[in-house]
Amino acid sequence: MRPQADRELLVEMEGITKRFPGVVANEGVDFDVRSGEVHTLLGENGAGKSTLMNILYGLYHADEGEIRLRGRPVGIDSPSDAIRNGIGMIHQHFMLVPTLTVAENVALGLPSRRRLLQDLRPVQSRIRELSETYGLHVDPDSYIWQLAVGERQRVEIMKAIYRDVSVLILDEPTSVLTPAEVEDLFVTLRQMTEGGRGLVFISHKLHEVMNLSDRITVLRGGRVAGRTVPSDTSRERLAHMMVGREVRLAPDRGESVTGGARIAITGLEVLGDRGTPSVTEFDLEVRSGEVVGIAGVSGNGQRELAEALAGLRPVSSGTVVMNGADTTHKTPKEIRRLGVSYIPEERMRDGTIGEFSVAENLILTNHDLPPTSRRGFLDFKEIEAACSGLVERFTVKTPSLDTPTSNLSGGNIQKLIIARELSGDPEVLIAAQPTRGVDIGAAEYIHSVLMDRRAGGTAILLISEDLDEVIGLSDRIAVMFEGRIMGLLDREEATVQRLGLLMAGVSGEGEQSTSA
Amino acid sequence: MSDFVTVSVLLATIASGIRLATPFLLAALGETLGQRSGVLNLGVEGVMLLGAYGAYYATLRTESVLFGVLVSLVVGGLMGIVYGVVTLALKAEQGISGIGIFIFGLGLSDLLFQKQVGTPTPIDGLGDVAVPILGSIPLVGEVLFHQNILGYVAFLLVPVLWFVINRTPFGLNVRAVGETPEAADSLGVSVDRTRYITIFAGNAMAGLAGGALALELGIFQQNLTNGHGFIAIALVYFGAWRPSGVMAGALVFGLVSATVLQWKTLGIVAGTTASIVGMFPAVLTILVLVLVSRRTGQPSALTRPFQRGH
Repeated sequence: MRPQADRELLVEMEGITKRFPGVVANEGVDFDVRSGEVHTLLGENGAGKSTLMNILYGLYHADEGEIRLRGRPVGIDSPSDAIRNGIGMIHQHFMLVPTLTVAENVALGLPSRRRLLQDLRPVQSRIRELSETYGLHVDPDSYIWQLAVGERQRVEIMKAIYRDVSVLILDEPTSVLTPAEVEDLFVTLRQMTEGGRGLVFISHKLHEVMNLSDRITVLRGGRVAGRTVPSDTSRERLAHMMVGREVRLAPDRGESVTGGARIAITGLEVLGDRGTPSVTEFDLEVRSGEVVGIAGVSGNGQRELAEALAGLRPVSSGTVVMNGADTTHKTPKEIRRLGVSYIPEERMRDGTIGEFSVAENLILTNHDLPPTSRRGFLDFKEIEAACSGLVERFTVKTPSLDTPTSNLSGGNIQKLIIARELSGDPEVLIAAQPTRGVDIGAAEYIHSVLMDRRAGGTAILLISEDLDEVIGLSDRIAVMFEGRIMGLLDREEATVQRLGLLMAGVSGEGEQSTSA
Repeated sequence: MSDFVTVSVLLATIASGIRLATPFLLAALGETLGQRSGVLNLGVEGVMLLGAYGAYYATLRTESVLFGVLVSLVVGGLMGIVYGVVTLALKAEQGISGIGIFIFGLGLSDLLFQKQVGTPTPIDGLGDVAVPILGSIPLVGEVLFHQNILGYVAFLLVPVLWFVINRTPFGLNVRAVGETPEAADSLGVSVDRTRYITIFAGNAMAGLAGGALALELGIFQQNLTNGHGFIAIALVYFGAWRPSGVMAGALVFGLVSATVLQWKTLGIVAGTTASIVGMFPAVLTILVLVLVSRRTGQPSALTRPFQRGH
């Protein structure tokens, strides 16, 4: 390891406390960044990582505490203060204007060389120069909406390098990247630290944290739960620090008997929002008692596939047979009545109605059926009995059944959806991103529930961008790339490297065809 | 009807169409600027009425048309500051606040007119100015280059506004703030400051549009604008948020209105039919809006108040 103590302290945050109504997001947190290092902030969702860094970037104002830059106390009240002080931030959700070009996005907020006239030529040539130096390939004249996710992230990094920041905060930068893109990103980040910059890496992905960090600070419930360096720790110990108890990183799979096909998809084609095919020539079978995982980088047709299976998006050609019935052109309600359950990826937008109470959300799929309602009237006694049973069985933490669902944490909302979808012991389950953005405890629980359903004979189609999750739960793994299945691997042959290549669109069949 | 009459009627119709298009164009360009920064102002009609009354009253008292023009600009700008405070500082719902501004302008302009003037007194409005050389081109010159000064201003503002939006750092801020205010904010661009400027300038233009109408007609009365402001908002959508598109819309609208007027004067349509034909421009607007409802170019953040950290 490189010596740490003699490097210059770029940022010191001391005793930072930030309260939101009803929550203490940060309490007495100390954090610092030295020149030439990657200091990781690790923690679960809601642990206060983003809040702490939003304070450093001037988006929030700390209630207590002090920030010093190179030893000098400063007040950072807005992003412009932060930028003026050489601090840059790459947000979890990209801060790019889709209708502007790369050069315009980079130039935004900077004075123009020709004062009142916009002159993009110097910006374009500087971007080309920096592209060269950092191996960050971006075309200054492309519009952001034309770019793939990985390219958009390079634009974000370009914005920071262009402003010559000395401290760069990266909030969960890898969540949308393929394994190969993550490696490229890490090379660029290393290059940035060698130039003397200090980086803050916010993440909850343990292997990335172990790989990239020089130092690690773990936050839990808004406080510092521990500080360490990768050589002194392990993934398991980091997880323990994050959650505050022992956690099993790999789910216990247990036994399962595989039966006949419950989902049979043949020649499926589905159009995306722009009217072009998002899913094409798609064939897949899922048998009872089996989990088939769909891996892939976000935006390769997974969302459209899930929506088409659930009846929420029209199928333009091909057939879908689920639980023995042709569901290709059926409505969501008809499909549900055939014993198909669906966990949508957007739990706030598609999975629940935020203003509705917990009980109302729990009966959304059966409110018009007895015993929930009789002769057009809701039976509130029955609803209360059924819902309290579900809340207890699926450990949904809620003050009451009448609490508005939007008041619950992400993990508990997800448990609510799972309770609703699994309460009828479905024959088929389509689960899209079932643990995205939930805390480790809830994820652990959701995984065990899914494994129980697998043992109970449900055919599960698991769509996930989290490779560890796909590998941990699936019996077979299909990798989606540009709407097609790039490869279908058995659990035993699925390694991160092989899946990563398939996710990047490299089929691996090239060698076979040349030898044939 | 002889060819000579047909041609001269046609030319007169075009000239009058351009004349009628002027207030629409001024108001719609102002609204375009505001909407490009993400602010919808439904109160254009009210601001136009106040601008129209301001211009009328100032001209009536001082007999200076130029002063009248200036007053309409200032009145519009002041209304812009009011609207800015309501929607930016107080984060009020834009649609509802705009309707409030409309009703306020409608009532206040009439109240002031009743109290300060009472009986309609005509004023000497804006005279036509012929552009040297161009104005003496036969036919075309008469149609295009014999307008009042605000007519030239309105059409000159089309390229000016295009340039400001597309070729200046301020315009880049406007476009970014209208699409993704969070991104602009994260790079240190003040969302509210940008929007205050566009609302101020946009409302000043709406005030000027009202002034142009009053000074063209040389009179003021209750609800003088009679829907001009609302049509102007529709023209922004029609023009897909581009100054040139807005200009095309204003011209189509002006020409159709002029034709209808011409038919009435020539007695081609009469009585009830005339009233029905009089609805043409409005029907046309609705039809075109339905046809071009693809909403391409609509700023993503339109009507969305910005608050950091939300």
